[in-house]
Amino acid sequence: MIELKDIRKSYGSFEVLKGITASVEKGEVVCIIGPSGSGKSTILRCINGLESYNSGEILVEGQRVDRDAPSIVSIRTQVSMVFQRFNLFPHRTVLENVIEGPVFVKKEPRKEAIERARMLLAQVGLAEKADAHPPQLSGGQQQRVAIARALAMQPKAILFDEPTSALDPELVGEVLGVMRKLADDGMTMVVVTHEMGFAKEVADRVLFIDGGVIVEQGPAKDVLNDPKHARTQDFLRRVLHPL
Amino acid sequence: MQAFLRDATEFLPILLEGVRLTILVTIGSLILSTLLGLVWAIMRVSSIKIVSRTSAGIINVIRGIPIIVQLFYIYFVMPDLGVSLTALQAAIIGLGIAYSAYQAENFRAGIEAIDKGQIEAAQSIGMGWWMTMRRVVLPQAVRLVLPPYGNTMIMMLKDSSQASTITVAELALQGKLIASSTFKNTSVFTLVAILYLVMSIPLILFVRHFEKKAGRP
Repeated sequence: MIELKDIRKSYGSFEVLKGITASVEKGEVVCIIGPSGSGKSTILRCINGLESYNSGEILVEGQRVDRDAPSIVSIRTQVSMVFQRFNLFPHRTVLENVIEGPVFVKKEPRKEAIERARMLLAQVGLAEKADAHPPQLSGGQQQRVAIARALAMQPKAILFDEPTSALDPELVGEVLGVMRKLADDGMTMVVVTHEMGFAKEVADRVLFIDGGVIVEQGPAKDVLNDPKHARTQDFLRRVLHPL
Repeated sequence: MQAFLRDATEFLPILLEGVRLTILVTIGSLILSTLLGLVWAIMRVSSIKIVSRTSAGIINVIRGIPIIVQLFYIYFVMPDLGVSLTALQAAIIGLGIAYSAYQAENFRAGIEAIDKGQIEAAQSIGMGWWMTMRRVVLPQAVRLVLPPYGNTMIMMLKDSSQASTITVAELALQGKLIASSTFKNTSVFTLVAILYLVMSIPLILFVRHFEKKAGRP
């Protein structure tokens, strides 16, 4: 359902993505791993048009992603995004954050949107926080609200941009737990992450990116347990055994 | 002291007529400068180059010309171009335009202080540029912008006295007229000063209130 064909992107003279070709099938969980600055997040941001790309083509359900075309709105309502720093709207309550997209972008009746929002908040374990404001919540709670906000759009896929990197270590688990439940329910997910444990257990496929190219990809267990490429081996060694 | 009180009871009714015009000019130009300033600020942060440059140009022209010259231009030059305005209208429009530049810069600072992640989150749920502004950026910017906005209000109250240069008989001009016909400079200008101060106090309290509020998380 998501297809990338030879994507290239530069910031000035620096080429971040040097020809990325990949695809994500419906119901698949794909983890993107790699050193920082390798272009992982840029790939996600290109998929829902937060960044433009210089050449190549990205298709979502056959529809070309072009951030300057009106069609980008429909693509963004189909592919939600969860950010590293949550990016909840601090001036609105948790419930208002979740219904914002359905009510104001998709023009759903408010009552229906609220009903679904409460259900989603219950699903991420935060039913009782509906009337709180985001700054009153812990990082892990905020990220779970952000996931509920993404789900409220009833997307066909969700992009996760390092969803646990800004969290205190003891809060990582609650967010990964929610994500695993989503994966089990068959949600299509693309996850940029440094959580190798999550990738190993939940991902169907892993892409290892370095220097703007896909160095290695394949089923999660193969890439993570038995990497073929020297750069993958080196990266995994450093991530898994930092000392 | 007794002489002062006697003068006060005699001059206050005339001065209060000036106060009325001062308030009218201040409120009128405040509304106009706020609306125009918002337009310039939103144009200024637009990603469309021509729009943002046009706004930057307008702001610089307005900022680069003294308020008094802008007032003269609107009151004395516009009639030559076929637009006649009363002194009061000219004062409101002149001060409104003159201050719109400062309002715009204040609003822009507020808008640009909003975390980029907020805008990305809004876009990621399918909001367009205008809805992002209206639902996400502006409501958060207002809190940041209010304290400096209050200061601008105080400045505008005092600068409304410049309307006297185009014959609007607001407080400062009324005072000058009474003083020059009675020679009671001390009583008259003390009264004028007190009246300006009294009008400023609610605005000063307004600023303090919102500064406290903005300081909270």
